[in-house]
Amino acid sequence: MKMKAATAALIALMAAPAMVAAGADDDTLIINEEITMTTKAPAPAHLSDALDEVMSGWHFRSDGTQAMQMDDFDNPGMIGVEAGLEAWNTAEGSEGKSCASCHGDAESMAGIKAVYPKYNAEAGEVRTLQMQMNACRTERMGAEAWKYDKGDAINMEALLASVSRGMPVNVAIDGPAAATWEMGKELYYTRTGQLDLSCASCHEQNYGNMIRADHLSQGQINGFPVYRLKNTKLNGVHSRFKGCVRDTRAATYKPGSAEFVALELYVASRGNGLSVEGPSVRN
Amino acid sequence: MADGVKPRVKAPKKAAAGEVVTLKTLISHKMESGQRKDKQGNKIPRSIINRFTCDFNGANVIDATLEAAISTNPYIEFEAVVNESGEFKFTWYDDDGSVYEDSKSIKVG
Repeated sequence: MKMKAATAALIALMAAPAMVAAGADDDTLIINEEITMTTKAPAPAHLSDALDEVMSGWHFRSDGTQAMQMDDFDNPGMIGVEAGLEAWNTAEGSEGKSCASCHGDAESMAGIKAVYPKYNAEAGEVRTLQMQMNACRTERMGAEAWKYDKGDAINMEALLASVSRGMPVNVAIDGPAAATWEMGKELYYTRTGQLDLSCASCHEQNYGNMIRADHLSQGQINGFPVYRLKNTKLNGVHSRFKGCVRDTRAATYKPGSAEFVALELYVASRGNGLSVEGPSVRN
Repeated sequence: MADGVKPRVKAPKKAAAGEVVTLKTLISHKMESGQRKDKQGNKIPRSIINRFTCDFNGANVIDATLEAAISTNPYIEFEAVVNESGEFKFTWYDDDGSVYEDSKSIKVG
């Protein structure tokens, strides 16, 4: 009980200075003066008890950071996309195949990022995009699996996100994916660590407020992979989850673990209706 | 030559005489500062782009010295007045002696 009271006090403290413009703005995100993004949408049905509107993290950033994402030349994440395209066309493994050998142009993958994580009937599991890539690599190309959220894997994810930009996130949460989704939801609302914080403590109850010097967004993942100015590289969803869980001072799950796959599905579903934005630019 | 270095330039293809055009450049580069140590505690040697220049029809537009505190993938944006058709030539100089070049032509009228 004592711990809970302390947390309540902490949250109250966090909320207090929040009245300094930390909330979402009303700007419009148009990429390359071409693709207009849906960055605010009515909350999906499963979330309507908790939120009225879902918002991209783009709205919580400064004008300068926002501008970097509005032009592909200014978006450093596009360097990863270029590297991803190179990997797309490079044959690897015992079968001598590249991604392009089967799939053709990377543009043919438009819409794929929007529906992942997705249940794979053959494997009987929910797979993230990176898991699916690695299944392709090991089973079809005879190549080695990429490490989760590392160089090639994150570049390829950025490429696949970039060709889906502007399409609404629409992950399936019913049917065979339901059990995984429930597990993700459970994790989202479970308090962890010495600070006793759940994802919801910050990203549902306190978005728009400050947590010390940081703006709290809704923690939407429609913009992943995200180029972060703080570490000047593309960051994956699971690595970001890991950073957040670590910040609650808890032992974290590993990128690629079943827990994070479930959490990714759940958090992605909270953004159903927002545009795929990856690679986005954030602090 | 360092790995994965690739220069990029965004420039307009045409302009009116006397117009101020914006040139955006970026080179993907690690920009290893020389201040970091590896796992064994040895200094990682400095490896950065130390100079960037832009010329228009042989006349210098900008000549910049880059230092170790410049971030990864240095992005340089600047403006130039164009009075005639011609070619912008961009040059990046690497610590290791490599020179990377790119050029863009612009039409006036």
